Amino acid sequence: MIIGKVVGTVVTTISHRDYKNRRLLVVQPLVLEGDTPAPDEDFIALDNTQAGVGDTVLVNREGNGARQVLKNPDACVISVIVGIVDSVSLV
Amino acid sequence: MLFGRVHGNAVCTMKYEGTKGLKLLVVQPLNKMLEPIGALQVAADVVQAGPGDLCVMVRSREAALAMPAVKFVPIDLALVGIVDELEVKPDGTYDCTLRRGLNRFT
Repeated sequence: MIIGKVVGTVVTTISHRDYKNRRLLVVQPLVLEGDTPAPDEDFIALDNTQAGVGDTVLVNREGNGARQVLKNPDACVISVIVGIVDSVSLV
Repeated sequence: MLFGRVHGNAVCTMKYEGTKGLKLLVVQPLNKMLEPIGALQVAADVVQAGPGDLCVMVRSREAALAMPAVKFVPIDLALVGIVDELEVKPDGTYDCTLRRGLNRFT
């Protein structure tokens, strides 16, 4: 899973039925100080915790986990927001 | 999941039997700032997207799961949504770095 910041929202009226009545959010992964952010190809996540723009969230980027979270064995979803992060402490 | 701009379609008469009746579209993968990343690719379409549409795409096993009927097909890129509105804050808006010690976010 990664920690990311929600930086945008995507509105899709016509979409696959697994994406019904859930929001699609654009997530920017957090990087350590001094690290250059890698070019990211998986930046849209399905919202499961009512996260808004500007929140720091936990994103699960694995299909199997996403299907368990959405309780749908055939969901075509890879990234799901599974938590809103309050604080992170790094030693 | 990422964005893709549809540039055209591909017609294949000879293909894997599970993918009969699937519309194949030529798409350009885009990043969150809608800049092209990588080369053109072919995606299976389930939302009737047309040329010029900005779509949400999904890769790997989940693309095959997005297919309407047969779920076990050799498809690794599928269009699963047509974007109507998109609002992405520019890069400098939020501080996206993790520092040593305690990072409080709320």
